[in-house]
Amino acid sequence: MRELSFAQALHEALDIAMEADERVFIMGEDIGVYGGAFGVTGDLVHKFGEDRVMDTPIAELGTAGAAVGAAVAGSRPILEFQFSDFSGLAMEQIVNQAAKMRYMLGGKVNVPVVFRMPCGSGTGAAAQHSQSLEAWFAHVPGLKVIEPSTPADAKGMLLAAIEDPDPVLIFEHKLLYKIKGDVPEGHYLTPIGKAHVAREGRDVTVVAAAIMVHKALEAAEILQAEGIEVEVVDLRSIRPIDTATIIASVKKTTRLACIYEGVKTLGIGAEISALVAESEAFDYLDAPILRLGGAESPIPYSPILEKAAVPQVDGIVEALRNLVKGRI
Amino acid sequence: MATLVFIFEIETGLMNSALKKANLGKNQRPFYANTSPAALKEALRKMHLVRMFEEMAEDSYIRGLTHGTMHLSIGQEASAVGITMGLRKTDYITSTHRGHGHCIGKGAEAKYMFAEFFGKEEGYCKGRGGSMHIADPETGNLGANGIVGGGLPLATGAALAIKQQKRDDVAVCFFGDGASNEGAFHESLNLAAVWKLPVVYVCENNGYGMSVSTDRSMSVPNVADRASSYNMPGVIVDGNNIADVAEAMVVATERARRGEGPTLIECKTYRTRGHSRSDRNKYRTKEEIEEWKARDPIPLFEKELLDMGIFKQADIDAVQASVKAEIEDGFNFARSGTDPVPEDVTRDVYAREIA
Repeated sequence: MRELSFAQALHEALDIAMEADERVFIMGEDIGVYGGAFGVTGDLVHKFGEDRVMDTPIAELGTAGAAVGAAVAGSRPILEFQFSDFSGLAMEQIVNQAAKMRYMLGGKVNVPVVFRMPCGSGTGAAAQHSQSLEAWFAHVPGLKVIEPSTPADAKGMLLAAIEDPDPVLIFEHKLLYKIKGDVPEGHYLTPIGKAHVAREGRDVTVVAAAIMVHKALEAAEILQAEGIEVEVVDLRSIRPIDTATIIASVKKTTRLACIYEGVKTLGIGAEISALVAESEAFDYLDAPILRLGGAESPIPYSPILEKAAVPQVDGIVEALRNLVKGRI
Repeated sequence: MATLVFIFEIETGLMNSALKKANLGKNQRPFYANTSPAALKEALRKMHLVRMFEEMAEDSYIRGLTHGTMHLSIGQEASAVGITMGLRKTDYITSTHRGHGHCIGKGAEAKYMFAEFFGKEEGYCKGRGGSMHIADPETGNLGANGIVGGGLPLATGAALAIKQQKRDDVAVCFFGDGASNEGAFHESLNLAAVWKLPVVYVCENNGYGMSVSTDRSMSVPNVADRASSYNMPGVIVDGNNIADVAEAMVVATERARRGEGPTLIECKTYRTRGHSRSDRNKYRTKEEIEEWKARDPIPLFEKELLDMGIFKQADIDAVQASVKAEIEDGFNFARSGTDPVPEDVTRDVYAREIA
């Protein structure tokens, strides 16, 4: 199998989807000849033309709504937000329109729209270009929220999102765009709503998403040398969430740590903790549940502070060691 | 009464060929010359249907038979019907919180609308939407909207889909004067103009965004004045005169279908009822309301039909009687509808049920 970067895998998914279905088109800011702020659309405009790879004015509310309206009218639009932070300008159309339209109309319309959401810190872009807002959207019934961590899943999940009859937001951590991994050729779907056990272990379950999966895997490698076996569950889908995989893993390891880049309080870790506490896995727990999340602050500019604002490998190693050794 | 500018602008070159060739004799304007008696009767029927539907809905609410709230468009029927009467089933509309008229205009039946009002499974939205989201997507209605300005980007997107799919349909966006102050208005009209989308923006300017008048909330006297910012035609019509409305709509629709881009039509009109059930009319005078009631669009239309000898009084009476019967039947159908079961609260959130 050949290796592709995360960005190349997304590009390939777009290419395959647009080739297969002429209803599919992508719109966004600077996605045409510029190729997208992170290079995901690349040369697609030359292959599919400006009508299907549409540069938009800088108008997040209008274009998000236009994507929703086009979806209801029989097209399969994909809207790239240049940064997911800008979705704040489009909240109305995502939350009040896209998410609710099917329900409000008695199930008589589908809203097959995809919002691509470059997210996350680590690029020095500071508070308004670095957030991880997936929990906001995951709180809204009617939306699906996914967050792949590998190039293979990025491709398979974006294809699944495009073919899904409901609105899907795909969060793409910006630091992942350049990572490489094996990516199958051709068309395939990675199902939405299924977590993936990225590493098996017996001592502690880490539930992580996006870039935190990679940090958790690094931490697991370090801890293995100390005789601690970490199981890493790659969440992949925030809504719907794969309760069964999480519960099964916790029952096996008897310890749970949730690691995510979004702000810790009221984030996805709260949901994972609660669903474990509500389940039969609660009786299996040998330690309190641990959450490692983003700091209670905007993402700062200073590289020192920016690192301090989100979980890092050293901190993860220490926290997991303490958890397993009963020090918390 | 606010200053009204009753202008009907037909831009040279934009007038449709049918209008140009029309026999304008007998002092008939294009609307009457070019619309068949059957279509005129249907338009009158729909205006009565909207009116009587809302009167019955209001009555049901007062009698405690329905809950929630509703926004009545009584007084605005000429705009709803005049805009929709020439549309195809495959054309789209997006509607507003004051959307009963748009819904009926585009082809919905009163009985399923009543069923929605009563929260029944037989309702257009199976009781999940209520008055504020009432719509029949089968007839191209993409929904009433509880968010002021919510439909503006949606109609723009529907028009984009039409263009992408190389169809010659149009999307029609109803919105109010209040929505023209929202950012969504600016973004949508700019997108539609830049992309030359087949969309007609129809502002039903009833003078008030809830309680705040347009004088107090708008920087220009007319919503149509804003069209020049987007390099699109901005047309002002008497929204209480169905002929005015429909003639402007013919021009705008043909322009859109030819791929020449969007138009903004401003229908100057008035809602004689309050904003919603909570309104105690503290922001406007009785005199103002009475002045507008004297310009009720339905008698106005009927008088023209009689004056021109298109219908006799007996024809009009027959239309009214048939609508009255339809309303009563629809009301009874809805009252005996099926209540949803609580277990179904999450049904239809997603196309496929998810865990």
